[in-house]
Amino acid sequence: MMTTTTAARILLLVATRKGAWLYYGDTARRSWRADGPHFLGHIITHMVLDPRDGRTLLAAAKTGHLGPTIFRSTDLGRTWNEATKPPAFGPAAGTQARAVDHTFWLTPGPADEADVWYAGTSPQGLFRSEDGGVTWVPTSCINDDPQYRQWMGTVQDGTPDGPKLHSIIVDPRDSKHMYFAMSGGGMHESLDGGGTFAPLVEGMEVVEGFDPAVITFHDPHCVRLCPSNPDRLYQQNHCGIYRLDRPSKRWVRIGKNMPKAVGDIGFPMAVHPRDADTAWVFPMDGTSVWPRTSPGGEPAVYGTRDAGNTWQRLDAGLPGSQAWWTVKRQAMTADRLDPVGLYFGTTSGEMWMSRDEGRQWESVARHLPEIYAVETAEIA
Amino acid sequence: MKVLIPSALLSYTGGSHVEASGATVADVLEHLDRRFPGIRFRMIDEQQRVRPHIRLFYEGEQLRDLDRPLHDGGELIIVQALSGG
Repeated sequence: MMTTTTAARILLLVATRKGAWLYYGDTARRSWRADGPHFLGHIITHMVLDPRDGRTLLAAAKTGHLGPTIFRSTDLGRTWNEATKPPAFGPAAGTQARAVDHTFWLTPGPADEADVWYAGTSPQGLFRSEDGGVTWVPTSCINDDPQYRQWMGTVQDGTPDGPKLHSIIVDPRDSKHMYFAMSGGGMHESLDGGGTFAPLVEGMEVVEGFDPAVITFHDPHCVRLCPSNPDRLYQQNHCGIYRLDRPSKRWVRIGKNMPKAVGDIGFPMAVHPRDADTAWVFPMDGTSVWPRTSPGGEPAVYGTRDAGNTWQRLDAGLPGSQAWWTVKRQAMTADRLDPVGLYFGTTSGEMWMSRDEGRQWESVARHLPEIYAVETAEIA
Repeated sequence: MKVLIPSALLSYTGGSHVEASGATVADVLEHLDRRFPGIRFRMIDEQQRVRPHIRLFYEGEQLRDLDRPLHDGGELIIVQALSGG
C-alpha cells in the first residue's frame, strides 16, 4: 500500500458533552496539538468544517440550562458568532407543538450550492440554511407532515437521549437526490431536492415481535454514502448492519456475516473514501438491557474489504480487556489520505486513531469528556 | 427595569445586572433580545414556553405567563434551575 506523500494535515473536530476541541495533526499524523476547549460546559453534539471553503466551522450547541443554538466561525475557531435564527419548529398548538431540544447533525450542502447547509434535530426535524448557517428554515414537508409526525412518534418513543434526525446525505452527483434517517422513524429519500420524501426501509429488520411494515419501528443508527460509488450506502442499524446498492431499494443485512459472539449491533459506520467495498463498524453489546458497551469489555473495530461478505477484527493497540466504553454514531470517521486514517472517540473521553486503515491503533487524547462526534478535515 | 442575569447568560450581557423595558414579560424579553441578540431563544422556546431549566421571578412570584404585566421599577430575576450532571 502506498504511503501518502501529500503535505495535507488532518484537523480533528471533536465534539463532547462538555465542549469542543480541535486537534491539529502533523503531516505524518503522528503528533497532535490540542486547541480547546471551545465552549467549555456546552453540550456540543456535532462540529463540521465546510469542505467547500475550508474555513467555515459550524458547531451545534446547548447547555444543561439553555436552549439550543448554532455557533459559526470563519477562522477555524479563533472567533465565534451565533446563528441569528437557529433551527426551530414553527408555532403549533397542543400536542403538535414541538421545540428543538438540540441540533444533532450538520451536513454541508453540495459543492454547487455554496452556503447551503442541512441540520437534523432532536426531536426529529429537518432544517436548511442558505446563508452558511446564519439562519435556518424548517422543512415543512417533514416537520409538519401528519404522516411523518406519526412515523416520528413522540419523545417518549425515542432513544434515551431523545429521538433524532440524522445521516443527512446529498448525492454528490445530483443535489436534488437526498437521504436522511430517523431514530426512530426509518430511512427516507427525496428525488426533488427535499420537496418530498418517501421511506426506503425494505429489507431493514425491526425488533422481534414488531411489524417492519410500520415505519416508526425502524431505527437506523448511522448511514454513509460511499464517495467512490454514490450508488452504494452502508447502514449501522439498531437491528444489524446493511448495504444498499442502488437502484435497488432493498437493504441487505451484511451483518449476518459478523462473528456470532460479537453480533452486528452498534452506532457508527465509516466508509473508505476510494474503495466502496471497504467499510468499518464498532460493535457494541446490544443484548439483554442493551449495556451499550464493547462486547465483553474488549473493544474492536471490524472492517470489511468485500462489501460485507467477510469481516476482520481490528483491535491491535486497543485495550484487551476491562474496557467498557463504546463509540457513538457520529464519533467514528475516516480521513481521505492514503493509507486512510481512521479515528474514533469514546464514551469515556478517549480519542483513538489508526494511520493504516485499522491495523494498528494508538491513543490521540485521553481524559476528555464523553465524546459525541468526531469529524476530520484537511488543512494546508 | 432591572434584570438579573444568571451566569449561563453572561456571555450575552457581559454583566449580571442589565436594564430593559416593557409592559409585559414578553416585552422585556424582546427588549433584551434586541440588546443582546440570541439571548431570548436560549430561555424561551419556539412555542413561547419558558425552557425547562430556566425560571423567571418578579416580586417573589414565579412567572409562567409571558403576557404577565410588569411595572417600572421592579426587578425581573432570571435564574437557572438547580440541575446538572
